This record gives sequence, structure tokens and C-alpha cells, in this order.
Amino acid sequence: MLDFPRWKQIWLWALTLIAMAASVPTLVTQFGGQWPSYLYKPEVSLGLDLAGGSYLLLEAQAGDVAKQKLEGMAETVRTKLHDANIRIGDVSTSEGKVSFMLESPSQVDAARQALLQSLNGTGSVKEWDLAVLDGNRFVLTLTQKGLDEDVKLAMASATDVVRKRIDALGTKEPTIVQEGANRIMVQVPGLQNPQQLRDLIGKTAQLEFKLVDTTALQSDIAQGIVPPGDEIVPYAPGASGAGTSIAVKRLGGIRGDELTKAQPTNNQQTNEPVVQIQFNTQGAEKFARLTSENVNKPFAIILDGQVISAPNIQEPILGGTSIITGGFTTDSAHELAIQLNSGALPVNLTVVNQSTVSAELGADSIHKGAIAMIVGALAIVILIAAAYGRFGIYANCALIINVFMILGIMAVFNGTLTLPGIAGFVLTIGAAVDANVLINERIREERRRGRKAFQAVDLGYKEASRTIFDANITHVIAATLMFMFGQGPIKGFAVVLMIGIVTSVFTAVYLTRMWVALWLRRTRPADLKV
Amino acid sequence: MALLKLVPDNTNIDFLRWQWPTTILSAALMIASWVLIYTNGLNFGVDFVGGQMIRVTFTQTQTAPIGPLRSEIEKLGYGEPVIQRIGNPNQVSIRMRLPEGSDKNAGLADQMTRTISADIKSHHTDARIDGVDSVSGKVSNELGWTAAKALGFAALAISIYIWFRFEWQFGVGALVSLVHDVTLVLGLFALTQWDFDLTIVAAILTVLGYSLNDTIVVYDRIRENLKKYRRMRMNELLNLSVNETLARTVMVALTMLITLTALLVLGPKVIFGFSAALIVGIVVATYSSIYAAAPMLVWLGVTPHSFVPTETAQDRQEKIARGEA
Repeated sequence: MLDFPRWKQIWLWALTLIAMAASVPTLVTQFGGQWPSYLYKPEVSLGLDLAGGSYLLLEAQAGDVAKQKLEGMAETVRTKLHDANIRIGDVSTSEGKVSFMLESPSQVDAARQALLQSLNGTGSVKEWDLAVLDGNRFVLTLTQKGLDEDVKLAMASATDVVRKRIDALGTKEPTIVQEGANRIMVQVPGLQNPQQLRDLIGKTAQLEFKLVDTTALQSDIAQGIVPPGDEIVPYAPGASGAGTSIAVKRLGGIRGDELTKAQPTNNQQTNEPVVQIQFNTQGAEKFARLTSENVNKPFAIILDGQVISAPNIQEPILGGTSIITGGFTTDSAHELAIQLNSGALPVNLTVVNQSTVSAELGADSIHKGAIAMIVGALAIVILIAAAYGRFGIYANCALIINVFMILGIMAVFNGTLTLPGIAGFVLTIGAAVDANVLINERIREERRRGRKAFQAVDLGYKEASRTIFDANITHVIAATLMFMFGQGPIKGFAVVLMIGIVTSVFTAVYLTRMWVALWLRRTRPADLKV
Repeated sequence: MALLKLVPDNTNIDFLRWQWPTTILSAALMIASWVLIYTNGLNFGVDFVGGQMIRVTFTQTQTAPIGPLRSEIEKLGYGEPVIQRIGNPNQVSIRMRLPEGSDKNAGLADQMTRTISADIKSHHTDARIDGVDSVSGKVSNELGWTAAKALGFAALAISIYIWFRFEWQFGVGALVSLVHDVTLVLGLFALTQWDFDLTIVAAILTVLGYSLNDTIVVYDRIRENLKKYRRMRMNELLNLSVNETLARTVMVALTMLITLTALLVLGPKVIFGFSAALIVGIVVATYSSIYAAAPMLVWLGVTPHSFVPTETAQDRQEKIARGEA
């Protein structure tokens, strides 16, 4: 066990130095230095609990997606069958089903033909099951697979939209990832007040332009009686008609997703903050048609199901540029512009878990944690050196190398150091000390049994290695399970533990053995002081 | 310079002489822990029960105005807050349960937190909000469940590993001493009513790892001695093994305790509970690896013959060839 040919020495030193070198950029930046940008820069970032910042866990409701999907299908049924000249009764959407009656049972086949294409969504998955009951009642049921597929698509695009909106805030290195089937995790280091963040992602920002039904009676609307072909939309809380609702025509509107650009500006006459929007070619055409056919009639600008204003169309707008008014402040106009530019969120997102740590508390944690670690480490180093002499000094060198190696390896994997991670460090150091103590105690024992120096060291490493292996395997098992099943702090702890166990065994067993072997060969001591 | 020896050479303490009193003590402590956990319950943090926690520092006053704070928050109609001092006298944590109806609307916990933060800021201009956590009921259930799963699976997987590496009795012994250690740590948290959050679960997982580590070191030596001294009496052999590993046991426990005490005394208040759990856990684990894990083997029927390899036909022939049979 004490045979270390040159190639083995080089190999061990190379591994050690590479892993240690990877920790340098992190240390340089942590102590206020600059790492040249043209060099490779692996870095350990600090978790929110140490650096301060905001964490949000957003959840989308699958029910919302299903509801939208049903309404979309109802709309498709109306237009497709209208185009095919098939007359139908009211289309109802409830409990995951779209159902309607044909006026004439003889058109069943024609209707089925007209809808066939729409039953499969964009992908290869069959999204709808079609059943015809009592000869003329059509029931379209959304399949689970179809819904899953849709939720998947919606989440992917929602994550993208959230990212665009947060990027517009200009904060440093936000993390936005999808978690599980219907969640998005957002971490913004350094952000102290997440209010702005939530305002930005709290709205879906679905913009619609719909014609106001001027013939609808105000008394009907107040009682909730919906005129045929209309829907009732309330005014937004900040709008001029707040508290009341108006009736708008269900069909013939334009959706705001056909925009190329939105920007906050001021109304030239009133100097009131407004949002200027620019439609894309298709949108501009539709908008031109809508406005030229309805001059002098009011149209409603609807944001997330609430009317923000309902101005009169004074003249046809042909250029595809329009201005949205709606009692904005400079901030809210700016916010809406960001939301419109990033596109609408396909689903509503609820904040289910939120956490903010101030930078002061984070700095305090780092400071105190570091002091505690240094004091603890110093005490251990002294104790070990006192207990094992030369062997103890080897063990201590291995311990110090170990700390830098853990940092370096974490940096290569772009790891994040959190408070529980620091605790993981402590445990790892414990494991490294354990390995060295096991070895050195064993060497002592073998010496007591009267073995010669070389033989005692050889046996000491051999016998202790088995125990060290068993003991560390249990740590690996625990860390793996923590990583698989744990969340948040437990995961952070597990990562450090796993890396730390590997480096601990490496430094405490291999490196020290090499040093001891070389020393033994060089000096050939007759007696060992262990 | 003479080297420091924490445990003198050839120490021979008759540990197993006290095996019955210690067994009774262990059993009594475990029962007490279960009773405490049942009657007092654990003071679960927002991670596990949902709700919110806000940490506030009052920068201009010496002590935090806990009384006024309590009545102001009560007026908001979310129920009674739990206000505790953390660290310095001008730092507090304010905890609230989940508001009613949150099982239907996951966003309510978050809304409550915002209302309360705004309210504190409006009444106290010197209040600095250091940290805010809000957890909805659904997420907290998941966190609790995943934590329990991580604990359970880790304990089981490691015991199975020991069973494969040693004998089934060793697996059972390790599992029992592990349950003993974890129970006592949980008992401590039930007694002191310290916050039990996800970091404490990480601490318990560490205790679990340490407990097994300690047990394995002793078991490894027992196995070695069982093979070496076939004729030694079981109690004597266990004593010998425990004594032989004692220097290591003491040294490692001591280094861990030094680091953790530094973390407890000098470290940030946020990990006070974590360090405390580890310190107690390590003391208990060290004790149990000597007094629970070792005697357990005798009760489970490990004898010097447990590690005699079964004689194969080839062994037999070799023996005959050597003229031993």
C-alpha cells in the first residue's frame, strides 16, 4: 500500500491542483478582486440566504388551461360549423366538455366532417373525444393526454414569458426554471422588494379589442342579463367607469397577441401616460378593417377580462399604430408595456411560496458563519497536530486542501453555497478528520503490537481503509437520498456532502498516504512517533 | 514533545457491566421523548405547516416593541401572531398561521404576508424587514412529505447496506441505535419547542449519518475480533472492541463537537437550532454506539461462530491434505 511510483505521484498532484485551481476565481471575486474575462471562470454563487434576494415559487392551475381550452374549442365549433352552413343551438362548456345540439339531425355527418380536423391539436396527441348522443347532440370531451400536452406547452411558454418580463427589470442574474409539471421557480439575487416583480408576473396581460354593443340596455347589464351574442365585461378598478360593466360583442374583436411592439409614452394633448402599440401586418389589417367599419362607435380595450377604457373610434386607423388610454400612472404604463412586449401569459400564476432575505442578514450570516468556521477549524488543526505529531500535520494539510477542492469542484458544477451548505462543509471536515483519526489510531495500535514502523503504517492504512469505506458509503447513501427526495436547504446540504465525501476520502486517505510513504522512504525511521 | 493522548494506551473499561442500567436509561429516554412529542408536539416552522414568517430588525430602538406589534397585527384580522425575539433584543420573528380558505386559494398566504409587511412599515419607520417567508398549505404538505421520505428511505437503505456488508443482526442493531438517536433529538425539540424547520431535517439526516458511521466503526472492529478470537467470551470481546476503538470515538466526537460549538456560539442565529440538534445528536450517537449497538448483538444472537465461513468440499480436501481433519 505504500508503493508510490512517480506516475502515481504526478497523477495525484495533478488532480489535487486542478481541483484547487478551480476555486481561485470564486475566491478572487469574493474578496473584491476582478477575474480577467478572457479566462475560464468557474464560480460558486452564494445562495439567497447568504447573498440576500427574493425567491418566488409560482404555480399554474391546470383547471385554467382546461377552461381556456374549452372556450377556444367552443369558438372553433361556432366558426367551423357556421362556415359549413350548419345551424346549431347554444354551445355550452362545462365539466371538461363542449356540447351543442344540431338543429337538423341529417347534418350529423357533415358536422362531424367539419370538426374532424380540430379534434387533434397541434401535436400528434388526440386532444378531443367526439361522441354523438340522441342522434343530434354533440359532446366533445377533452382527453387527459390532450390536457397534459396543453399544460406542458402553456408552462413552457409561461416560463419564457416570465423570463422576458424579469429580464426587462434589469436585475442581476435571475434564475427562472420550471419545476415539476406546473410550477416555475424564480430567484432574483439582491432584489429586496419583490413587489415590482410580482406586479410584473401577477398579470397574464391578455389584451383584447372588442366592439361595444351600444344597443344593450344598462338595466339588463346591471342585472346580469346578457344580450344575445354579447358578453358582459366589468371595468377595471382604476378605469373611469370603475364599478360598472358594459356589454361587448363576443365576435369580431382583435386579440392583442398580434403586436410587434409596445412602449410607454405620453398623450400629446393631455400629457397623460399612455401605452403606444404597434400591430404586426396581420393585426394592422384587422385593426384597419375594424376601425374603418365602425367609425364613431365605441370599442372596448380589455385587459385580462377587465375594460380599461372604451373610447370612440374617431377615424379609421390604417397605420397599425394605436394608443391605449386607461388612467395609467407612469409606472403602470411602463409595466403594461413590458407585459405586452413579453407576450401574454397563457395561464394565471399564483405565488405559492415566497421568501426574501435582506442583504444585511445575508452578510451577517456569512460573516458569523466564516468566523465560526475559522475558529472551529483552528481548534481542530491544533488538536490533531498535538495528538499525532508529523502524521497530524499531514492530516491538517490534507484538511486544508480538502476545503479548497470542495470549493473548486462546486465551482466547476456552478454550485450554489447556502447556509445548510456551510453546515455540510462542517460535517465533511468531520468525515475527513474521522478518516485520519482511524488511520493514525490504527498505526498506533499496530506499533503497540510490536510491528515495525513501515509495516505498522502499511497495515494501519489497509485496515482503516475498510472501515473508512463502509462509513463513507453510508454518507453517500444518505446524501443521495437527500438529494433525490429533499428540497431547498436539504438539497443544498446534500450536494456539499456528496462532493465533500469524495474529496475527503481522496485527501485524507490517498494524499496523506503518499506523503507518509515518501517520508518513510526518504528517512527510513526506526521508530515512529504517532 | 510528547503527543497528546486523549485515551491512554491499553485502556480497558468494562463498558458492558453497565449494559442493563444503560438499557433502562435509553428505553426511559426514548419513551419520554415519544410522550413529549405526543403531548407537546413539535413546533413546526412555516416550511411544514404553511403560513408566513417575517423577520424584522428595529434599527432605532434597543428592544423591539413586541406588545404594540402584536395588537397592530391582530387588528388586521388574520388571527393571533406568534412573536419571538431572535438574536438581539431588537430583532423579532413574526409568525402567522395560514389564513382561512387557503386550501382553495394558494395565493392567500402570500397576500397576508404582504399586508402584514406593509402594516409594520407604516407603524414603525425604523423597521427593517430582514426576511420574509410565506408558504402555502399545499407546498408545506409536500415539504413535510418529502422530508419524511428522505429520512425514512435513507435510514432503510443504510440498514440494508449494513446487512449486506455484515450480518442481519448488525443491520438491526444499527437501525435500532439510529432510531434511538433520532428519537432523542426529536424529543429535545419537543421539550424546548425550538423551531422545527427544513434545516433541522438536514441536521437529523446528519445525525443519522454520524450515528451509523460510529456504529459501523465499532461493528467493523467486532467483526474483525470475532474472526480473530474464536474462543473469547462474547461480553469480553465486545468490551475489547469498544475499548480498541475508544480513542478514535473520543477524538472524532471531540473534533465534531468543537466545530459545532463554534457554530452554535459564534455562528449566525439562523442556524442555532441546527447546531444544537447536531451537538445533542452526536453525543447521543456516541453513547448509543457503545451501549446500544454493541450489547444488541448479543441479544440478537451473534456468537463467535457467526463469522465462521461455511466449509466447502474444497476446504475439506485441503484440510485433509494438511492432515488437520
